[in-house]
Amino acid sequence: MTKASTPRTQPIDQRSIASLERLGFIGGRLLIYGTLLFWAFICLFPIYWTVTTSFKTAVNVTQGDIVPFIGRFMGDWRGWRSLGLSPDSIFEISTVRDEFLLRFENSLIVSTGGAIVAVIIGSLAAYGLSRFKYKFGPWRNKDISFFFLSQLLLPPVVLAMPFLVLYKELALLDNVIGLILIYTLTVLPIVIWIMRDQFDTIPIELEQAALVDGCSLWGAFFRIVMPIALPGMVAAFILAFVLCWNEYFFAALLTSTNAKTLPVMVASQTGSQGISWWSMAALSTAAIAPLILIGIFLEKYIVKGLTAGAVK
Amino acid sequence: MQTTRTVPVASQMGMDQYAISDSRRLAGRALIILTSLGLAAIVLVQTLHAFAVIDLGFENWRPTLYASLVWATALGAGQVMIRGEAGHRALFLLPALLFTIAMVIFPTFFGIYIAFTDWNLSAFEGQKFNGLENFYTLIHDAYFWNALLNMVYYVLGVLVQYVIAFGLALLLNADIRARKFFRVAFLLPFMLSPVAVSWMIGKSLMEFRFGPLATLMRHLGWDNPAFFTTPWIARLSIMLLDAWVWLPFMMILLLAGLQALPKEIQEAAKVDGATPWQSFWQITFPLMLSVSVTAIVLRIIFQLKLADIVINTTSGGPGGATDTVSSFIFREYRDRSNVGYGTMVAEVYLIIIIVFVSLLLKFVGRWMRRENEA
Repeated sequence: MTKASTPRTQPIDQRSIASLERLGFIGGRLLIYGTLLFWAFICLFPIYWTVTTSFKTAVNVTQGDIVPFIGRFMGDWRGWRSLGLSPDSIFEISTVRDEFLLRFENSLIVSTGGAIVAVIIGSLAAYGLSRFKYKFGPWRNKDISFFFLSQLLLPPVVLAMPFLVLYKELALLDNVIGLILIYTLTVLPIVIWIMRDQFDTIPIELEQAALVDGCSLWGAFFRIVMPIALPGMVAAFILAFVLCWNEYFFAALLTSTNAKTLPVMVASQTGSQGISWWSMAALSTAAIAPLILIGIFLEKYIVKGLTAGAVK
Repeated sequence: MQTTRTVPVASQMGMDQYAISDSRRLAGRALIILTSLGLAAIVLVQTLHAFAVIDLGFENWRPTLYASLVWATALGAGQVMIRGEAGHRALFLLPALLFTIAMVIFPTFFGIYIAFTDWNLSAFEGQKFNGLENFYTLIHDAYFWNALLNMVYYVLGVLVQYVIAFGLALLLNADIRARKFFRVAFLLPFMLSPVAVSWMIGKSLMEFRFGPLATLMRHLGWDNPAFFTTPWIARLSIMLLDAWVWLPFMMILLLAGLQALPKEIQEAAKVDGATPWQSFWQITFPLMLSVSVTAIVLRIIFQLKLADIVINTTSGGPGGATDTVSSFIFREYRDRSNVGYGTMVAEVYLIIIIVFVSLLLKFVGRWMRRENEA
């Protein structure tokens, strides 16, 4: 800190320095906004590209048209028609659309299920770890917390094969319940991490007062603590939901026809060479649309979930 | 079955008593013991059935799963009956703990068993124990070592991502307009599924013939912008894709750290005439050290699992240049159905990860302590 406190320059001419600083300020602003805009472009362009490509025709793709309604690129529904989601085909029977909706529904069920189970058992555990002292043999709270967190280390590949065999024996293969269980496992450490941070910030006096008034442990938890911790739970839920929605590895290995989720469908479509860009772009757009909406409207919660516990 | 019958009886007994009487404690013990015996009996019968010793048994192991659930419920109820208030407290933790143990312990041990078998799903004869053979194969498998080396590159790539993410976080923390817009825009890539991103960027933006990025590169003077054909360029392209998806994660963490910094210190430095450069290195960066370390360590842990993007963009090619250990094992499973060997690689990789991350944490902990003392 000693260096920072030494004065930098002698004031020679107040006016020229003021104008120089003004110039530097404007230059700095330009640089900041320039970089910000450049990065926003990098983040948004692939999304823009995908959405517009879903309205392209073959000639637009080969000519590399980028801006719609200029020159050749007038927009065409063929990408969406191949998905059965264009205005003229939406009321007709479409097997692709049925397939897509089934995958979409699977993704929805699996992500919601996994996130809800994880938030319920994770919140309970986090509350316990935040408030009570446990002793399981040589294990104390710290060790139990570490045990939960250490699950983050486990790469999916280690679990994949044993689960394939286990699920075959349990008749859970290609079954949404099986996926929900494994997704709960993968997001549980994150949920516990977030919720513990949440509960640690709630003053313990609130529950103590409730307990003195004759509230049971569970009553205090559900009526006093949970309403306060609700934003944290929502954040944990949304983050867990997004992670489950995007999960590909387990879904690819553990499902085949019934429980296949959206990422697996997208991956299998992109894998085949013949498929046209507009159909692929339409499928990708439909697959990422919910996530973009979540990102725009629930950004606050995502950030809250990501930063819980990291900043102390 | 014994297990299903004992639960309602036990819960009736436990309901109406507040102080723990001896009989209640006894009933609790009995409940746990009985359900444990019941579960053990079912497992035993099913095991014998599976090895075709006896005819009695279920057609799959699903009933065993239900029996375990009943057992877990009984264990919880028993805790409350035996220990009262303390049992209630244990009840908060038990579901998550039992769930995690059940879901992790079994696969880990079973995985170790699979790792020592010669088991190919497409082969007719099924599994057979072959000792350390898979391990010797692994030692001599150039593709595995290649994938492991790639992991080193990918992990080192995290440091570059960290520098960029820190810069972006500083910009977002500056006094700017439309911060909300920029924050949402910068966060969006993290939300998208890596599978979709593989197509959006890897297979369309970077496409050799029509991709706009390839066109741009042609204009910039790169005659042959093939992003995925030469080893190093392919590796860099994957790193680029990965960075696009994961930069927001570190950026958000660092931004939160920056926002939590006390404003007074920076203002004091400004008053004292420190240049922005000085105040960053002397004040902001040291104060951000713990957040930075958290962000980097978390990010490295996630990076070690990198698979989706590689599987869907290059499937490890060209010649394994972009392979990660996870994508390598994924191919071993799905394309070659080589369960035994794939699992051995996975188990060895897990051990490598555990050793690496513990060393990393130890090193980081020691370093942080020294920094704090200095």
